Amino acid sequence: MQPSYLLTVLTFLPLAGTAALLMLRADDHVWIRRTALAITLVEFGLSLLLIRGFLPDSVQFQFGEFHNWIPSPPIHYHLGVDGISLFLVLLTTFLTPVAMLASWKSIEQRVRGFFVSLLVLETGMIGVFVSLDLFLFFLFWEAMLIPMYFLIGIWGHERRIYAAIKFILYTMLGSILMLVAMIWLYELSGSFDLPQIQSMLVSGQVVLSLRTELLLFAAFFLAFAIKVPLFPLHTWLPDAHTEAPTAGSVILAGVLLKMGTYGMLRFCLPLFPEAAHRFAPYIAVLAIISIIYGALVAMVQTDLKRLVAYSSVSHLGFVVLGLFAFDPTAVQGALYQMLNHGVSTGALFVLVGMLYDRRHTHLIRDFGGLATPLPVIAAFFLFVSLASAGLPMLNGFVGEFLILAGTFTRHVNWASSAAIGIILSAVYLLWAYQRVFFGDVTQEKNRALLDADRRERLVLAAFAALILWMGIGSVGFTRRTEASARNVFELMQRPQAYNARAALASARRAIPDVR
Amino acid sequence: MFPPREDVLRLMPEIILCFSGILLMLVEPFLTRARRTVLVTLAALGTGLALVSTIYPAMLPGTAFSGLLRIDGFSVFVHVVVEAVAFLVVIGSADYLDREHIQHGEYYALILFATAGMGVMASAAELMTAFVGLETSSISTYILASYRRDVPRSNESALKYFLLGSFATAFFLYGIALVYGATGTTQFARMTFPAAPGAERLLDLGLALMLVGLAFKIAAAPFQLWTPDVYEGAPAPVTALMASGPKAAAFALLLRILASVAAAGTFWFWALWISAALTMFVGNLAALAQSNVKRMLAYSSISHAGYILVALAAAAASDQVELGVAAVLYYLAVYALMKLGAFILVSQLGGESERHMEIDDFRGLAARQPVAAACFALFLFSLLGLPVTAGFLGKFYIFNAALASRLIWLAILLAINTVIAAFYYLRVIVVMYMREPNQTWPPVRMPWAVTFVLSIAAAGTFYLGLFPGRVMALATQAALSLPGR
Repeated sequence: MQPSYLLTVLTFLPLAGTAALLMLRADDHVWIRRTALAITLVEFGLSLLLIRGFLPDSVQFQFGEFHNWIPSPPIHYHLGVDGISLFLVLLTTFLTPVAMLASWKSIEQRVRGFFVSLLVLETGMIGVFVSLDLFLFFLFWEAMLIPMYFLIGIWGHERRIYAAIKFILYTMLGSILMLVAMIWLYELSGSFDLPQIQSMLVSGQVVLSLRTELLLFAAFFLAFAIKVPLFPLHTWLPDAHTEAPTAGSVILAGVLLKMGTYGMLRFCLPLFPEAAHRFAPYIAVLAIISIIYGALVAMVQTDLKRLVAYSSVSHLGFVVLGLFAFDPTAVQGALYQMLNHGVSTGALFVLVGMLYDRRHTHLIRDFGGLATPLPVIAAFFLFVSLASAGLPMLNGFVGEFLILAGTFTRHVNWASSAAIGIILSAVYLLWAYQRVFFGDVTQEKNRALLDADRRERLVLAAFAALILWMGIGSVGFTRRTEASARNVFELMQRPQAYNARAALASARRAIPDVR
Repeated sequence: MFPPREDVLRLMPEIILCFSGILLMLVEPFLTRARRTVLVTLAALGTGLALVSTIYPAMLPGTAFSGLLRIDGFSVFVHVVVEAVAFLVVIGSADYLDREHIQHGEYYALILFATAGMGVMASAAELMTAFVGLETSSISTYILASYRRDVPRSNESALKYFLLGSFATAFFLYGIALVYGATGTTQFARMTFPAAPGAERLLDLGLALMLVGLAFKIAAAPFQLWTPDVYEGAPAPVTALMASGPKAAAFALLLRILASVAAAGTFWFWALWISAALTMFVGNLAALAQSNVKRMLAYSSISHAGYILVALAAAAASDQVELGVAAVLYYLAVYALMKLGAFILVSQLGGESERHMEIDDFRGLAARQPVAAACFALFLFSLLGLPVTAGFLGKFYIFNAALASRLIWLAILLAINTVIAAFYYLRVIVVMYMREPNQTWPPVRMPWAVTFVLSIAAAGTFYLGLFPGRVMALATQAALSLPGR
């Protein structure tokens, strides 16, 4: 394959775009918004080229770029996408302009800083998905915290500072231990390059002792589980989501949470299969707790945005469950569910943001009967809620079905417990919908609200089209992810030495300690 | 008798520094107008020339003055760091001194003398020379700390620094005496074996006392108590110097002893381990409670000494010292840049007589002075160790060294401390960016000289954060140039 610079361009175009924004006058809000939107739209257009050039049957990383960067320790600028990361990149490039449009008017102060933060954030997110060097991955992973921190802390709601600090501290705690694990892995393998480490592990050139593997897995998993977030590490999420401005919530729910599950699929499973297998039952229990607990807590929320936030905990629980069922179908479903959740929860946050723009509240009791003044928003809200609850023909159904079907073939009880979550999700979404939109208009103030304008309709229509397309045309997506999803299990194979080691370890455990 | 020409050239940076210092003091009485311009120009020229003249020692490695000095890649690296610090501090102080009405020649002269002392510490090959260097740099900084002489706090700072510093020096000196007694030499290279049987204890004791003396200079726990008061009371540009220059020199001396004296490596290891862990926690936990920016930065510099000690412990633990030593050197360069930037910036933002040094005084800074706030945020993110900044790579190399020496627990403690530290660095950023301004005073104008210093520090922070290759190669060379144990 000839060299391509598409990924570099995709990664750094938004960052370069910030230079353009900084050249504009700070009070020229109209052009700042337009320029930022134009940059992200160009970015989205470019990212579509990825689909055109992507070979669906290959398990190799495509659009690869490899340059020396830091000589000692050997760190390379290594980029590439495969079926796992391809659509996550596209999700990012899709959600960023949409998030900008959603916050078009609601951000009035320090407009330039806001759009600069969003663009820097986009660079970080794409960088995370396309980096194939552990160091580079970590660089983007951690650098991304800064713009998100500012987005929540400056443009958020009342308790924004608390939420911003909580967000960054939680994430840092996990990621710094992951850095230690990465360096440890380097000490053992002599490389930071993911494909290289992977092939050394598969060929048995590098053998991790069981204890090492468990510890490394734990360090990586903790970082990702915080990001997902998995119960009981989820407490930062409701605060961060609720306090963030609409664009922040959309990006946070749409993309940032996916980084956790992406990391599990990219690092935890293929690098540390033995540990993954051992931890899987516990992780599955946590995932099921997340699913049910998230849904139950969502049900009793009085704040609409918090409700959507908790629904994320529940939905991401499905993804984690799918990953740790060790079944290709379930992994496919998990991948698909990541995209679904990004789109439908993104859409829900946009809708909640629209309500907030009109009434400056998120409390369900301040609404009621909104279908009368806001028929268009109500219609889209229903559509998105149903998608999120997993109505067939819409996107959520495909992902949840694949996850449950795949999990069911291996662990009947896991799948059946998780299925309760689907019922609960219909309950909390539809109940909330009923309280907000149906019935009589309960407050006089709400009677005079204006329905969606052209910009808002455009955003919502984009979401709706995508939801429908992903529900019906899912083959277009799964066809490209299938090979990579299967390949994860190839990468989890280890030569004999490992199995012998594992047998030895389990034999040791069988014999009680005689000391 | 005149020393050979090569030896003089090897000592060129120190000679230039001392001569320009003397020149400054001689010239000052004749100046009536444009004092400031002449003084700053002379001092900047002196430090700048000294920086350039490190090319001589770099070209002429070897021992000089019959074994008193050892010029190698290591000493050159440290020279460049301390001289660059001095150069930037000189330029960054000019406007501060004008504002505080303490524009005098001896201020610059003292900085130059201190720098010469640090240079000697970095290249000392035996203990007495090291002591002379240590004293030259310490005494100059004692005086500098009291430079705002009509401010009680500055006097308190100097007195405290002087008294405790003298104690530490005495410890160090006594250690030298014991080591000399045990080994019969003051030369590092020949300190391998105790002279007399049974003298091992004496050697250990001597090394322990020396470690105490140097631990004081680098503000390592449990000898860190002086730091916050002294850093707070001293004029902010002097704090910038103290936090970066002398600390780097003292670390250099520690490293040289560690690398050359076999007994030090094994004997110091646990002391370094414990001190590293303690220093990190003490620095970071105390910094959480500070409301004054200078004090917070002082505690943060204690914690950074702890991070560097982690790398030092890594060097002591392993047979290959170079990984740890290179990590220390890299971090020293990084740390000097970011700390210097932060203190110089604070020296300006603090306003006349450093009135506005509370963290709360920085409220809404981003709205009033976006560039200054962005710059401060950059230094804080770097101190915190977030990627793309130099602080991250510095910490990365420390982690790398620690794990290569299998100091996994120390690495984990370092990781935990990074998260604790995040709390107080982020608090300042919260105040600057997320709170409404409450200042009634006008925005602070940034003089061009300060802008110059800050731009260099900021550019360096990015450069060392993105392209560490070249500097790290130099640091590794420097580490390899140390004589093996």
